[in-house]
Amino acid sequence: MFQFIVRRLIQLIPVLLGVTILVFSLMHLSPGNPAHIIAGENAPASTVEQIENRLGLNDPIITQYFRFVKDAALLDFGNSWRTSLPVSSELWPKFWVTFELSIYSTIFSIFLGLFAGIISAVRQYSFADISIMLVALFGLSMPNFWLGLMLMQWFSIQLGWLPPTGWGTPQQIILPVITLGTMGAAVIARMTRSSMLDVISQDYIRTARAKGLKEKVVIYRHALKNALIPVVTVVGLQFGSLLAGSVLTESVFAINGMGKLIVDRILARDFPVVQASVLIIAVVFVFVNLIVDISYKFLNKRIKLD
Amino acid sequence: MSAEQANSTALKPKKVDGPLKRSIKDFYKKLAKNKSALVGGYLIIFLFIVAIVGPFLTTQDPDFIDYGVKFEGPSAEHWLGTDHHGRDMFTRIIHGLGITMSIGIIATIIGGIAGVITGLISGYYGGKLDAVIMRLIDILLAFPGILLALALISILGASLQNVMIAISIFAIPTFARIVRGSTLSVKNLEYIDAMKALGASDFRIICKHILPNILSPIIVQASLFIASAVLSASGLSFLGLGVQPPSPELGALLSDGRDFMWDAGHIALYPGLAIMLIVLAFNIFGDGLRDALDPKINK
Repeated sequence: MFQFIVRRLIQLIPVLLGVTILVFSLMHLSPGNPAHIIAGENAPASTVEQIENRLGLNDPIITQYFRFVKDAALLDFGNSWRTSLPVSSELWPKFWVTFELSIYSTIFSIFLGLFAGIISAVRQYSFADISIMLVALFGLSMPNFWLGLMLMQWFSIQLGWLPPTGWGTPQQIILPVITLGTMGAAVIARMTRSSMLDVISQDYIRTARAKGLKEKVVIYRHALKNALIPVVTVVGLQFGSLLAGSVLTESVFAINGMGKLIVDRILARDFPVVQASVLIIAVVFVFVNLIVDISYKFLNKRIKLD
Repeated sequence: MSAEQANSTALKPKKVDGPLKRSIKDFYKKLAKNKSALVGGYLIIFLFIVAIVGPFLTTQDPDFIDYGVKFEGPSAEHWLGTDHHGRDMFTRIIHGLGITMSIGIIATIIGGIAGVITGLISGYYGGKLDAVIMRLIDILLAFPGILLALALISILGASLQNVMIAISIFAIPTFARIVRGSTLSVKNLEYIDAMKALGASDFRIICKHILPNILSPIIVQASLFIASAVLSASGLSFLGLGVQPPSPELGALLSDGRDFMWDAGHIALYPGLAIMLIVLAFNIFGDGLRDALDPKINK
């Protein structure tokens, strides 16, 4: 097990290097001289030169890249081009908002998805199964930003039950979490159903039933445990797309998180902030996948270590 | 048919279909058996007809501004009401349908072709080349969901073209992985060895003997990817990072809807339904096709 984790960590190195190279190139591929953008359009040449020197923009590109990686490892992403504040001080409070939103949405989608998926599988082809799968198909096909707008319209504007914007109070959390978590719930429900059906048709389940065990014990103790293995992978992938998908949800509900920050700063051409946000989400996603891999291994003893 | 013609067809030896033709025939047979694939297929055809013919049939101009009728609800004259400029929503949605669908489809075709070629090369040649390509794919996959598109848009700038480019790059890793896997499962079969023994070039083997046999998973993936490409494209436009107003792209229409939520709820309702219909059609088709082509279920 320990060896497996170490090996997976070593495999991460090229991926992380590639991610940093890609994110680093963002700024250098973008049109325009950063020093010009920082100094403003009508700045004198001497000011521009001063900024260039301060940021080391005239250094060889390799030197700049290594400096970027070294600083990023220490969570120093330079200063914003727009506000001149250190990027990390702007970013962290917003990162936690997005992280919270993603965690709550993941929990919501796991509970709803598992519950719906198990019912569907246990009562295959029943009315409940067909309706659940139909709803899941719609959930999968719905643009989540539209769902957010519709929820806001019903529950905030027409009924006045829940606040339409913001983040923090329990009432403010409900709508964004439903908005962001619905697609994940649909994916998990479908995955759980098909994985459950696979397991239920296996011999050891027939044996368990033949032994005269209660159906509940067969389903929850024998079948579910193995059926969950593929679901774990999906949950990991979902968490990543939730982190990125929160961009849309945050924009709908005017939540001051990292997603909204990314969009605002792309429009304002504030690259250090965009760069840092993209890098952080990618790195978090890579590590979530590592955790998923490890738990996958942990759950399924049959998987070979290599 | 004249006697002469009948004679000549009777004399010709029975033609054996090539792998591509056989694979297409097989595909139709399986498609017809699966109801949900058929429903999805008809829905897609219907959407295509509406998107292509619809703009010629609508009596109103999608960009015609009339402040006398702004924020009106659905009526006989304006079937789906009007927006904040008094433009007819029904006409705008019909025009937008084509824009949104074509972004999804074109981006999937471009990214799909690039991904398929990458996957074929990686799977067929294997070795170091495969290892390098797969590491690059891993790097692209480290950016979840819409993030890679956002990163690319931040460099390229927001426009219809750039959204297509961003989404097609986002398509490459998905296709490459699936094609690589399928290629690996096919390339060691005996008939490929036979072709090699006959002296066929790699290019010929890949194009004429491997590709036709792995077409089904590619088509399934394409259908499902169009669905998510449409969601991403409209999402980017919704954020103001994609197709710019006054274009009636459906995501851009929704973005107007958000701004005028308090004045008129219907502006946000209908464009979203239209997006959902497109995505639903491709999801149902892709799902049904996957089931139809899955040998496990066919048994």
